Amino acid sequence: MITIDDLTVSFGAVQALRSVSFVAETAKITAVLGANGAGKTTLLRTISGLKEPRSGTIRMDERNLVHMRTEDIARLGIGHVPEGRGVIGEFTVEENLRLGAMMAKVNLQQGLSEQYEQFPVLGERRRQHAAKLSGGERQMLAMARALIAKPSVLLLDEPSLGLAPLVTAQLMHTIQSLCDTSDLTVILVEQNASSALRIAHHAVVLHVGKVVANDAASVVAADENLRQYYLGLVE
Amino acid sequence: MDPFLTSRIVTDVLGGLTNGVIYGMVALSLVLIWRSTGVLNFAQGAMPMFATYVGFALLSYHFGYWPCVLACIIAGLLIGGLTERLLVRRLYGKPEINPIVVMVGFLIVLEAVAAAIWSSFPRSLPSPFSSIDWQLAGKPIALSPFTVYEIATGLLVMTAVAVLFRFTKLGLQLRASAVAPEVSRLLGVRVGRLLTLGWMLSTVVGVITTVLVSSNFFTGLTPQVMDGIFAFGFIAAAIGGLESPVGAIVAGILLGVVNQFVTDLVNQNAVIIIALALLIVSLMIRPSGVFTKRTERRV
Repeated sequence: MITIDDLTVSFGAVQALRSVSFVAETAKITAVLGANGAGKTTLLRTISGLKEPRSGTIRMDERNLVHMRTEDIARLGIGHVPEGRGVIGEFTVEENLRLGAMMAKVNLQQGLSEQYEQFPVLGERRRQHAAKLSGGERQMLAMARALIAKPSVLLLDEPSLGLAPLVTAQLMHTIQSLCDTSDLTVILVEQNASSALRIAHHAVVLHVGKVVANDAASVVAADENLRQYYLGLVE
Repeated sequence: MDPFLTSRIVTDVLGGLTNGVIYGMVALSLVLIWRSTGVLNFAQGAMPMFATYVGFALLSYHFGYWPCVLACIIAGLLIGGLTERLLVRRLYGKPEINPIVVMVGFLIVLEAVAAAIWSSFPRSLPSPFSSIDWQLAGKPIALSPFTVYEIATGLLVMTAVAVLFRFTKLGLQLRASAVAPEVSRLLGVRVGRLLTLGWMLSTVVGVITTVLVSSNFFTGLTPQVMDGIFAFGFIAAAIGGLESPVGAIVAGILLGVVNQFVTDLVNQNAVIIIALALLIVSLMIRPSGVFTKRTERRV
C-alpha cells in the first residue's frame, strides 16, 4: 500500500504538485488521470525518489520514502516503468531482463521463464537488441523487466502512449490479470482515461497539480463534469 | 619475396604490435571513462603516471618488481576513485568544456607535483624480462622477452575487460549505468558507486600500461612518460570511436603498426603527421569513429 499525504513538489517557482493526498491500496489498480502538465509523471518520479518533494510524505506500508535514494526505493520492491518505456536499446531483450532481476533475490532462470511465458514474443526475441522491437514489444519488455524483480508496487507511466488501440487493450488486460492474481499494488498514470478507468479500482484526477477527484473508478467514470472538463471524454 | 624485405616487414609488424598494444590500452581506458561518464579524460596519462611513481616508491624499501606493481595498482584504484568522487562528480551535467579544462589542469598539476617530489630525471625501473631482441638465423627480430611480456599483458588486460563487460553481472551494471543512468537507478543499480568503479577500473588499465612503458629499459619513468603515448592513444580512440572499446583496441594496434612502417620507410618525425592525417581523414569520413555502430536513438 502506498499512502501519499500532503505532497507538494516544485520546479523553481512553479508548483507541479500541490498538497496531493491519496491511498493506493494493495492488490488494486489506482489510476492517476489528467491532462498534459497535470503533474502525473512528476508524482511517479517523486514516489521513486527521482524528484525531491518540497513537503509531504510518501509511505510504503509504514516506511517514509521521502529523502530515500531511488536505488534504495527500487530495492524495497517498487518497480517503475517510466514514460517512454526506458528499455535500454543497446542491450538485448535478455540483458534488459537480467538487469531487472539483478537487485531482487529471485532465481534468474525461473524469472526469465515466467516472463517469457507471460510475454511469449519476448522469448522469441530474447537475443535481439531492444532498439529493434516495436513500440508494443518495448512496452512489454519494460513491464517484464519491472515484473521479473517481483515488485510489490508497480508504477506505470503512460503505458499506452504511442500504441495501437488493440495493443493498448491487450496491455490493460495484462495489467488487470497481474493485479487479480497477486498482491501487486499498481499506480497507473494515463492520459488515455477511458482505457485506464475500464480496469482501475480507484481513480485520482489531477488538474494543474491539484487533486480534483479521488474516488472509486466507477464513480469517476460516471461523473459527467470530470469526464467533460478534466478527462476530455465527451460523448 | 626478397628475404630482406620479408624480414623488414616482420620486424615492423612485430615492433608496431608492441607499441600498438600500448596505444590500444590507453585508448581503451579513455573509452571506458567516456562511455561511463561522458568525460574526455585528458589526465588519463598523468593519473596512472602518478600511481606508478607512488607504487615504485616501495623500491626504496627493497620490495621487488611485482609487489611494486601491486602497489601501483592499489594506488591507481585510489587515485581513480578519489578523482571521480572529489573532482569529476561535480562536473557531471555541466557544459562539455568544463571537464576538459579541469582534466587538462589536473594533468598539469599531477606532472608538476610528480616532478617536485620525484624530479624529472628518468627513473629506471627494474625490468622482470630482458629487452634484448631474440635472433632468427643470426639476425635480431623486433621481439624480446620484454616485448612478449608487454603484448601478453596488454592482450590479457583487454580480454579481462571484455569478459568483465560482456559476461558478468558487474559488467552489465557498468554498461547500464553508462548508457541509461536513470533507468538503472529505477532498477536498483547503485549508479554513483559504479561510476566511481568505472574510473577506478580505467585508471588501473592506465597504470598497467604505464608500468609496461616505464619498465622498458629504454624508456624509464618520468612525469611526462605518458604524454606522447597518450596522444597516440587519443588518436586511436577517436579513429576507433569513443563509443567502441573494440574499435579503440583495434585502432590502437593498427596505429602502432602504421607508425612503425612510417618510421621505417620515412622517418620518426613523419609519424605524428601521418597519425594526425589518418585522424582527420577518418573523422571526415566517419565522424563518430570507424568502429562505432550507427544507431538510431529515440529522443
